[in-house]
Amino acid sequence: MTGTCFHCGLPLPEPGRWRAPVLGVPRNFCCAGCQAVASTIAAAGHARYYETRERPGAKPESLPDALAYDDPLAQRQFTDSNGPNERSATLILDRIRCAACLWLNEQTLRHVPGVLRADLNYTTQRARVAWDPVRCRLSDIVAATRAIGYDAYPYDPQRQGAFDRGARRKALWGLFVAGFGAMQVMMYAFPAYVDEGTGTLSREAEALMRWASLLLTAPVIVFSCGPFFSGAWRELRRLRPGMDTPIALGIGAGFAASAWATVTGTGAVYFDSIAMLAFLLLGARYLELAARQRAARSLDRLSRWSASTAFRLEDGKYVQAQAHELVKGDLVMVPAGDRIPADGVVERGSSSVDESLLTGEPLPLAKSPGSSICAGTLNLEQPLTMRVERAGGETRAAAIARLVERGAASRPRLVAAADRLAQVFTWIVLVVAALAGLHAGNGWVTIAVLVATCPCALALAAPIALTQVSGDLLARGVALTRASALETLASATDVVLDKTGTLTNGRFRIARVELSGRADSAECRALASGLEAGSRHPLARAFEEGKSVPVESIRNVPGRGLEGKVDGRTLRIGTENFCRELAAGPLPPPDSALTPVYLADELGWLAVFHLEDTLRAGADEAVAALQAAGLRVHLLSGDHPAAVSALAVRLGIAIWHGGASPQDKFGYAAQLQREGRVVAMVGDGLNDAPVLARANVSFAMGGGADTAQRHADYVLLGNSLDEVPSTFHQARRAMQIVRQNFGWALAYNAIVLPLAATGWIGPLEAAIGMAASSFIVVLNALRAGASAQEPEPWKASTSSSLSRSPSYS
Amino acid sequence: MESLYLLIPLSVAVVFLIGWVFWCALHGGQFDDLDRAGTDVLSEDE
Repeated sequence: MTGTCFHCGLPLPEPGRWRAPVLGVPRNFCCAGCQAVASTIAAAGHARYYETRERPGAKPESLPDALAYDDPLAQRQFTDSNGPNERSATLILDRIRCAACLWLNEQTLRHVPGVLRADLNYTTQRARVAWDPVRCRLSDIVAATRAIGYDAYPYDPQRQGAFDRGARRKALWGLFVAGFGAMQVMMYAFPAYVDEGTGTLSREAEALMRWASLLLTAPVIVFSCGPFFSGAWRELRRLRPGMDTPIALGIGAGFAASAWATVTGTGAVYFDSIAMLAFLLLGARYLELAARQRAARSLDRLSRWSASTAFRLEDGKYVQAQAHELVKGDLVMVPAGDRIPADGVVERGSSSVDESLLTGEPLPLAKSPGSSICAGTLNLEQPLTMRVERAGGETRAAAIARLVERGAASRPRLVAAADRLAQVFTWIVLVVAALAGLHAGNGWVTIAVLVATCPCALALAAPIALTQVSGDLLARGVALTRASALETLASATDVVLDKTGTLTNGRFRIARVELSGRADSAECRALASGLEAGSRHPLARAFEEGKSVPVESIRNVPGRGLEGKVDGRTLRIGTENFCRELAAGPLPPPDSALTPVYLADELGWLAVFHLEDTLRAGADEAVAALQAAGLRVHLLSGDHPAAVSALAVRLGIAIWHGGASPQDKFGYAAQLQREGRVVAMVGDGLNDAPVLARANVSFAMGGGADTAQRHADYVLLGNSLDEVPSTFHQARRAMQIVRQNFGWALAYNAIVLPLAATGWIGPLEAAIGMAASSFIVVLNALRAGASAQEPEPWKASTSSSLSRSPSYS
Repeated sequence: MESLYLLIPLSVAVVFLIGWVFWCALHGGQFDDLDRAGTDVLSEDE
């Protein structure tokens, strides 16, 4: 074997890495791209090309890109490492047109050796892929999609922008040609309709009109109907007809028959119906495209910071660097008006920072030395110098973006069901159309059935509405991480609220210390501080200040407390029960309104710290709004029952449980589910992770523990409880719209199928009916996103983006 | 009626001309951002 690529003739960088049999002989290739092209050619039975060609094949244009994806430094930007044997990334898929393409790509990706998971989403045209870096490379995965005629590339905001613009221009061009053509062709058709057998229109004039119509419908077919034909071709090749097949057949056959009638001067022409059908369908699809891009854009904003540059201090000078090249400990200067390139702490300077991107909070926040700042937020006033703590894919913005992408990449059950239904329906349509045509002995009946009953409305009914809502939620600071969560949320009957960190701010301070007299206040505080030093529990933060005693072998018992040793003496800090198990003798009773934290050793209790927490702004209103929405509200907390009861009374929550361990919370949610309730859980902490996963649908506070966020369906990025009832409201509204759409689509198809099959509906009526049905469904779905712009009764008016514009300029 | 033989081919030509104008406008970026022009009037400076 020679040292050159079998496909393109270039030298082999890694001989033996890319191999494929062509014409019965294993061949070497220089890269995944050449290999993919050759394999595809061979698989399609066109390998003879290699025998007859005179020059080596062209190296595929996108090749360097695919290899560049394997670069570890570049991968830091778009991949997520979940342990040594798993990496995941979001890929943008090009040339996806329908659910069937999605299926093909999904199957192909899942069969790439080393690929662990692949989930595709039509709405965002993205694939979430997880693979084993030992067994395959990202470029192999990309090659797999290229081999079947699609393309995939890692998600890159700039490239996505260009891609979106191209798609929009193409769609707009097709729409314009179809619209303008349809308008003009209808003018030519008009005389024939008016004449209708009276004979005032001369045969020559009618022929002229028909020729003019043909001339103007041809561009509509060529420029506008391409998407239908290529979609149908792809569907037919795999015998999985979708919504493009009947449309393409109807349009193609209708145009051919009309053209034949024009040339021969006999029979009917339906140029006007064809052009109008194309126009209206493309109109509906353009709206769908625009909605999809709008929703994707709120997500893109989260990732845009990664493309930014940073000024890093190197040898006393600030040197420009890429944001993803930063590492922990770097000192970075952020000019006013720039996005902050990494998560970190302000070292010098004070400014205000717009965090609306991450939290939906419209007002800028003041930052001074010591404040933490997040990547992707906007520095508004003064230059800041910051110390980098997390960069690249580890930042909060990247973590949120990945959560939201996961949501966008998962397919709602409802959409999957609708796709299956649409597919079955398409087969029915094709069979009925053929039979009706044969029975009537008239090809126009077949065309009318194909066009009138295409299940486009069925396929469009749910995805647009759901996309609208998730995009809209993100703009308000609610990240949707699982697509099916909207369905579940709309049917929720019970809301279980956590207390600490959810209804309250979780910022505790010591209000009062009760002492046993065995140790003084300062010593007790120092012991408590030492025990709580490594804990991330919200209560631990009350002990952060002041001196602390070093404590050995600290053990964390989630939901109960901490245990440790000082000079051989075992100490416990935590709940009353936890300390009673260790301490001899009785413990003092808790104070009703405050949260008690007990400190004890084997001999007895040492101190009780009574901690005080503040109610989160908007908690009253949120609870009231949830109750007004007909939901049963529960308060469930690991806190002392007395403190929980006081809060429950204050907020008007009738069902409350205190002193609940993570297991109790889990059991509580499970018990409610056994009673047939659909449980929504709102929580924040590490302790809540199991119950968040157990509940039918869950919300996590954006400021809470990462584990909680990973298990939650919704993350409240702005830490605002107001968004809980408004998300409920919107989910219900969206599901109502989806139901309306399904109802409409099914009713329309059920009525129109027999009418068209028996010849009651001609091609013109069929075109109007079908296109109108699609339009109604799309327009109805677009309402799902619009609802949030109306002021909600429980929401104070937030300042609009315009009020902030002076600070940008 | 004879005027039709002039006017109809003329109308076809005009449609193609308008199509070409639209193509130029589209690829010149006229329709890339339809929301911005609406909000531009509200900003005070620039």
